[in-house]
Amino acid sequence: MKQVLVVDDSAVIRKVARRILEGLHFRTSEAPDGKLALAECEKMMPDVILLDWNMPEMDGLEFLCALRKLPGGNDPKVVFCTTENEVGHIARAMHAGADEYIMKPFDQNIMRSKFQEIGLV
Amino acid sequence: MRNTVVWSPREAALVSNAGDARMCFAFARFRRQLAALTGIAIGADKQRFVERRLYPVLRANNVADLFELTQLIDRPGNEALIEEAIDAMMTNETSFFRDRAPFEAFRVRILPELMAARERQRRLRIWCAAVSTGQEAYSMAMALDEAARELRGWSLEILGTDISGAAIETARKGVYSHFEVQRGLSTTHLLRYFHREEENWRVNEHLRARVAFGQFNLLSNGADLGAFDVILCRNALVNFGPEAKRSVLERLAGLLAEDGYLFLGDAETVDEAASCFAPTPNRSVWRRRGRPRPKLALV
Repeated sequence: MKQVLVVDDSAVIRKVARRILEGLHFRTSEAPDGKLALAECEKMMPDVILLDWNMPEMDGLEFLCALRKLPGGNDPKVVFCTTENEVGHIARAMHAGADEYIMKPFDQNIMRSKFQEIGLV
Repeated sequence: MRNTVVWSPREAALVSNAGDARMCFAFARFRRQLAALTGIAIGADKQRFVERRLYPVLRANNVADLFELTQLIDRPGNEALIEEAIDAMMTNETSFFRDRAPFEAFRVRILPELMAARERQRRLRIWCAAVSTGQEAYSMAMALDEAARELRGWSLEILGTDISGAAIETARKGVYSHFEVQRGLSTTHLLRYFHREEENWRVNEHLRARVAFGQFNLLSNGADLGAFDVILCRNALVNFGPEAKRSVLERLAGLLAEDGYLFLGDAETVDEAASCFAPTPNRSVWRRRGRPRPKLALV
């Protein structure tokens, strides 16, 4: 069973995302910002990271750049999940090494579709 | 003298009063009309479903009930109302690259095979025969665009048709919601082939220019559309009665090139016209069977 780390400063979003992902047969864990998520990844690298953009301490883009510099940091698939839905933001995230991008609000169909795109459903 | 009608318990439950009897009659008539107009066979237990779907149409056109609608359908001059009623009965469920595997089969196996076979003519024609709001046709356009280098100098035609005029209008505009562009479409495809238009996303002009859309009833002849190398008719015939399905499948076979392919929905088969199509490794893709060759006489 693949492990997904859900990184979002909203407890509600983390709860909703985890419920959907567990319904898709993933194991899940969570972190409320980029800094704590990075500490989690240093302890144990997940298979996938569902990543918000705007968060306190360290935002999603900073986290992604720092993650890719960690040993094994290129392994996890990173799926942004954010309210930032301008073309420029999406392009920046993809250029920075994100594998997929979910624009909020999302539902189960979108989550399944995007995880299919990265070959995990 | 009063006539006494004796109902069986089942009939009595169905027809509890004269109003219900009238509506049961109207529903049976509407089912026949819809099957004749579109091929769609509505189940006998779907009366409430049909009434719910048609309610906005009846209100918008000041039609009292289903009974009156069925009378109007049979009278000339009500084409706009008929189209609205048909539209209301359609399920326009679709998404980009729906079910993935058929599009992968097209990209990896079928397109290279057809390109090799048509090296001289350098022409490909694709028909999405039940295209709904257009996502399927644009998915094929994206698949062809990704082979643009190999297809340089080729004439490529993609035609998308649907019985619903409203769906075709949406397809022509090529404008999709936040939710629609996130179902089946990768972010790479979104960035490459779409741009933001207010809260929605619109298919880029160069891709829209490759697809033509038109209204078409699958029960129509279609001979004037010409021959196609690939026909997609996905998840439409599943709602048809067996005779209508057989007739459409045979007609589609007649419009396919002899080595052409038919794409159906994942749960659909060609059972009603099995002699026209051969299976392929992908369960929803069927190859046109060649016409039987005349037997050679042994000398």
